[in-house]
Amino acid sequence: MTEEKPNPSSEKAGEFAGQYAIELTDVKKSFDGKDFVLNGINLKIPAGQITVIIGYSGTGKSVLLKHILGLLTPTSGSIKVQGKELTEMSEHERTQLRQEYGMLFQYSALFDDMSALENVMFPLKEHRRKMKKSEMMEIAKARLKDAGLDPKHFNKFPSEMSGGMRKRVGLARALALDPEILIYDEPTTGLDPVLTEMVDNLIVSTHNLRKGSTSIVVSHDLYAAFRIADHVAMLDNGRVLLYGTPDDFLKSEIDLVKRFVAKGVRKELTPKNGESAEEPVRSTE
Amino acid sequence: MSYAERRAKFNQKFDEVFASILGTITGFITGTGGLMRFGARSIGLIFAKPFRWDEIISHMEFVGNKSVVIICLSGVFTGLALAYQIYLGFKLVNMTALVGPTVGLGVLRELGPVLTGLIVSARAGGAMAARLGTMRVTEQIDALEVMGVDPIQYLVAPRIIATVLVMPLLCGVFDFVAMAGCWMICIGLFGIDEAAFWDRTTQWLRPYHLYEGLFKAALFGLFFSVICTERGYKTKGGAEGVGNATNQGVVTSMVMIIVLDFFVTNLINVFYKFEKFFQS
Repeated sequence: MTEEKPNPSSEKAGEFAGQYAIELTDVKKSFDGKDFVLNGINLKIPAGQITVIIGYSGTGKSVLLKHILGLLTPTSGSIKVQGKELTEMSEHERTQLRQEYGMLFQYSALFDDMSALENVMFPLKEHRRKMKKSEMMEIAKARLKDAGLDPKHFNKFPSEMSGGMRKRVGLARALALDPEILIYDEPTTGLDPVLTEMVDNLIVSTHNLRKGSTSIVVSHDLYAAFRIADHVAMLDNGRVLLYGTPDDFLKSEIDLVKRFVAKGVRKELTPKNGESAEEPVRSTE
Repeated sequence: MSYAERRAKFNQKFDEVFASILGTITGFITGTGGLMRFGARSIGLIFAKPFRWDEIISHMEFVGNKSVVIICLSGVFTGLALAYQIYLGFKLVNMTALVGPTVGLGVLRELGPVLTGLIVSARAGGAMAARLGTMRVTEQIDALEVMGVDPIQYLVAPRIIATVLVMPLLCGVFDFVAMAGCWMICIGLFGIDEAAFWDRTTQWLRPYHLYEGLFKAALFGLFFSVICTERGYKTKGGAEGVGNATNQGVVTSMVMIIVLDFFVTNLINVFYKFEKFFQS
């Protein structure tokens, strides 16, 4: 199934000038000492851009994400977050580092005993203990407005909200601590096309609003991913099969990539008359 | 079937049974070890900063305040039924004046803490396992981790300390209403002389009988809260996983309370003997 190709990420990495938000070097992970879920991941995620990680189910996307978040430690290899070596950090240091991250979960993962406003205030209560409650509330309201939630829904509980509203609250909560790195875990899975587009636009607008922040989107919704991505990394068998721009993927001759793209993107991006594909929507200005 | 084939089949069956027994034992040891590690970590985090007073108070309200009615109902009827049975027995030997202290000793030392433990573990312990299990399967616990909040310190430790603090209070309420029930039936229905009832009761009951029960209640609270939170915290799968976690948490807690009661009673008696020995 997998084609034996040199890992393109390391070759591509040199093309991107500027600092890397996250650098993974030969990251391997095995839970049983025999089978490797991550089998030598080399990936450099440029700062200030949107990188989408795609791949079939079971290719190690979630495990990779947990490594980036410091929730799992690799069996071998190096993970640098903003230049700091994650694998050498203590649990306390990792907990501190996680304040640099904001994460939007697949199903938003809102605390169901808290209102929208309380959900967004929660990270502030935990990490800005000296901040006044009124200040926290102002920040939370601002974040919810940034995420596009109508103020009349601020005091609603997650069970009273629609899927789209929950996504907005989840995003507002992720933004609460003003993180450097925003991570989206399968943000459009299970949503209808209208909501999918809304979430995609939300990701792009949030990224554009927060100059310099880095966004990482884990997805298998290729069409949506290509609309928002500056760079795309495709995982297969615990390795980066291809890393590049959406155009690189559309032009790729790697069999697995071609099949993957044909299923999800090419049909939708390529006009019926066979002319070249539309330029995907980009977040960078 | 030849002898060799029968022999081979027997050997295979024997291996399967042996492997199954070994698997059960290994699973039990691993599970117990995991539970102890989880409990030790949770207890350690009770004293870690930031102190979560709000959470502790809120869980005390849930475990304690919301269990008071059910504890009172169970307590009063336990006192009534126990007094009735003991009265019927003691009447045969004309010792009805001893119904009060006998019920008192039984309730304060055994029934109070054990029944309180069983009732609260079913009500609050089950709710804890279900709540944490739901949080696990809906990624709320993952969200806490990603936010840099220790889920055990935020979710588990306050529940454990709240339960340990509240259980003796609930046990005290149970003891009180059970003795009230006993008093009502003895004086109101059986016509036992009230002065004799109180005289005998105060003669036989000592404060340490009450303390023994309260200590047991706190210990049972510690055990069932650790068991139920651990089950909930380690939930796997969806709704079915939450159901299994809740079921396992409650059943394990109830069995543990009854088993533990026997050993704690013995240990306390050993303690009394040592105390008497040193006093003498």
